Amino acid sequence: MNTLNFTPPGKHDSGDSVVNGVDLSVNFAGIKAPNPFWLASAPPTDKAYNVVRAYEAGWGGVVWKTLGEEPPAVNVSSRYSAHYGKNREVIGFNNIELITDRSLEINLKEITQVKKDWPDRALIVSIMVPCKEEAWAYILPLVEATGADGIELNLGCPHGMPERGMGAAVGQNPDLIEKVTYWCKKHYSKPVIVKLTPNITDIRVGAQAALRGGADAVSLINTINSITSIDLDNMVAKPTVGHQSTHGGYCGSAVKPIAMNMVAEIARDPATPTLPISGIGGISTWRDAAEFIALGSGSVQVCTAAMLNGFRIVEEMKDGLSRWMAEKGYDSIEAFSRKAIPQTTDWKHLDINFKTIAKIDQDLCIECGRCYIACEDTSHQSIAKLTEQDGSRRYEVIEEECVGCNLCQITCPVENCITMVPQETGKPFLAWDNDPRNPFRVAS
Amino acid sequence: MTSPLNHLPSAKEVGTYDPDTLASNFSDLHPPLTHRQAMIESQRCLYCFDAPCVEACPSEIDIPSFIRQISENNINGAAETILEANILGGSCARVCPTEILCERSCVRNHDAECQPVLIGLLQRHATDHMQFDGHPFKRAASTGRHVAVVGAGPAGLSCAHRLAMLGHQVTVFEAEQKPGGLNEYGIARYKMTDDFARKEVEFLLEIGGIDIQYGQRLGDNLELAALHQQYDSVFLGLGLGTSRALGLTGDEAPGLMPAVDYIKTLRQTDDLGSLAVAKRCIVIGAGNTAIDMATQMARLGASEVTLVYRRGVEAMSATDHEQEIAKANGVRMITWAQPDDILLDSQGRVAGMRFAKTREQAGQLTATGETFEIAADAIFKAIGQGFDSSSLKDPTASELAREGERIHVDDMFRTSLPNVYAGGDCVKPGQDLTVQAVQHGKLAAHAIHQALVAKQEAA
Repeated sequence: MNTLNFTPPGKHDSGDSVVNGVDLSVNFAGIKAPNPFWLASAPPTDKAYNVVRAYEAGWGGVVWKTLGEEPPAVNVSSRYSAHYGKNREVIGFNNIELITDRSLEINLKEITQVKKDWPDRALIVSIMVPCKEEAWAYILPLVEATGADGIELNLGCPHGMPERGMGAAVGQNPDLIEKVTYWCKKHYSKPVIVKLTPNITDIRVGAQAALRGGADAVSLINTINSITSIDLDNMVAKPTVGHQSTHGGYCGSAVKPIAMNMVAEIARDPATPTLPISGIGGISTWRDAAEFIALGSGSVQVCTAAMLNGFRIVEEMKDGLSRWMAEKGYDSIEAFSRKAIPQTTDWKHLDINFKTIAKIDQDLCIECGRCYIACEDTSHQSIAKLTEQDGSRRYEVIEEECVGCNLCQITCPVENCITMVPQETGKPFLAWDNDPRNPFRVAS
Repeated sequence: MTSPLNHLPSAKEVGTYDPDTLASNFSDLHPPLTHRQAMIESQRCLYCFDAPCVEACPSEIDIPSFIRQISENNINGAAETILEANILGGSCARVCPTEILCERSCVRNHDAECQPVLIGLLQRHATDHMQFDGHPFKRAASTGRHVAVVGAGPAGLSCAHRLAMLGHQVTVFEAEQKPGGLNEYGIARYKMTDDFARKEVEFLLEIGGIDIQYGQRLGDNLELAALHQQYDSVFLGLGLGTSRALGLTGDEAPGLMPAVDYIKTLRQTDDLGSLAVAKRCIVIGAGNTAIDMATQMARLGASEVTLVYRRGVEAMSATDHEQEIAKANGVRMITWAQPDDILLDSQGRVAGMRFAKTREQAGQLTATGETFEIAADAIFKAIGQGFDSSSLKDPTASELAREGERIHVDDMFRTSLPNVYAGGDCVKPGQDLTVQAVQHGKLAAHAIHQALVAKQEAA
């Protein structure tokens, strides 16, 4: 190693769980890690070389890319595609890659060595074998022998594997989830995490099934069935394999809102109130991670952001998260985990008497008129367009018309120019459940 | 054209002549955006509603829409949006003082950003890269009407194109041998390169129904009376044909000439090295022509270029941006000094100029009594263009009501003579901008069309 043998000032040791004076360590369903930032089972965790680089960069844990039965899977050429923003920034990412295409023997050997070299980091092995007990009974002892900290059941892979009766084909069937989880608990002594597929109607059903099977935790979401774009010249989707394509699994920041809802659904489900959740889905920044944790995640898994930027992004994630935690007085991840859950409720429990209206800061307004046209064309005609004596424009909220929908604030290009101001209505809290206008109201 | 400078050396003979350097001195001043740059820049547009930039554009181009089209890689759509408002959108993208028009009103100028969207360069991107299969605009069914347009400058061409689109037949009478007016003859060479003015006119004429007759000068071999009689309507886009005189003795001396005449030669030459260069020269004036002249002379190899203006910098009509270009090219600017006397050598040629220092007193410009001299081999006057009254000397033309020296028009671009319209720099009021002239021509075409259709309905 030709690295410096001292730690440069200002740089923390990447394996240290204390960053900026804040302890980021987690104990997730019995799996300990110096920080909650784990790499999800995916191409970046396919082999020892990548995993070691990830640990060197400071990642708290890694879920090793899914192991399967022999012979290994065979992948096609051309595997990824993207959903781009206007400036070619990747909003969403799609892949048609299968589970590991390397031999089980090599993977097991590398896992054993890596765990031995990096004992403080979480190392979880993702597994997907056919839905037969003997297949699991065969592979689990081999994985247990590596010394890895736990396993994650890949019951969500949406492409390639379902055709073989694995992945999402299992994850979409609650009975199979329960059964496979049960086998794993039977043949494996360490924590079992069940990775859930979002390609279902109600994510809670899968989580409940996992719990019934004895799962120690769930992780979600796996990727969402997707076609990102069509090459309109050749009339074929991307990624293109020869002259054809197929749907893939969608991930990246575009899926974050979907993933967060599913995490919250499970976190606030009375059937799974304490089931640990490893949050996955578009996490790219410390703020994304904090949001997932606030909704009930005990650790977070990242893939796309690392694939687009390299492993170094974890430095800012740890730095930003720890500074924010220090500022808020949170001394551990546990301290703010689930903090947003009590405020996340069903629509019917919202206060129907709450009123907020938009306020435009005229000093910050750049007179682009975006709020005006959005409100005028598509909402409640609550913004007046006035012309000042000098010819400049002035946009003013017509308070009596404003329903507080937030659209103007959303379209405004200037941060903090439009704020939503809660109004004093003098009315008490009234949920729709109890509203006299609700024909199905609950008598109070 | 540059005969007053025949005694001076050519660019080849001045300093260390290198044809490649010289050529690059006159290549694009503002290089076009690359595709990638255009995509990035187009993203900066906020797609304002009732956008201030559109209000600031004299030709009312729907700027947010064309920029959005660029961002969607719909270049032809963007070009069509531009051209339907301004058929000379390509040259306007190059010569418009965007810093005082659209870009000045861009909402991105506000405090937090202080940097407008580069509207001019985006407009150029769209018009440079459009690829139409045939002309993008189609002519309406023939009206059977025939309109005469005098002057193939921006106003006349814009008028002719719109008239042709509306179904009229148009004959354009042009005094020079080429169309384009100031775009062809009067713009600094590095602002419009690669024969763009000619190509743009060729594109414009593709609509059909427009015939241009060259060498036809009103007041010379062309009479308004005849046009008035032969055509259903006449549009006058005469421009400003004369350079104002300094009013000093020696105004005819070798070494002294109007800047516009020099620029015209510079624009037309195939051999920059053959141009006469004054190693030391003086440019009198404060407009964009003065800046163009001074900067181009510096780029041709002059070692000492001095621009002299009788008032202060704030009164200069050249924009700050233009002034910066001159300064960056080593042009020295002297303000508060007016020409007092032309200094001649023993052979009666320009040797320099004496200036009287000026100041403003109770709103009046007065000489302080102090003078100074600047030695120079040539003096270029760029003190403004005047309306060439000799073009209106025939009996019919002389009846035209005037506003100052220019032609009077109402808000429908009608002159005092029935069926005679005028627009561009030859009318008042105006900003004397290409984009303004294009707008005049376009609006006059609609006024003419309306009048002709009304006549048809009445008949």
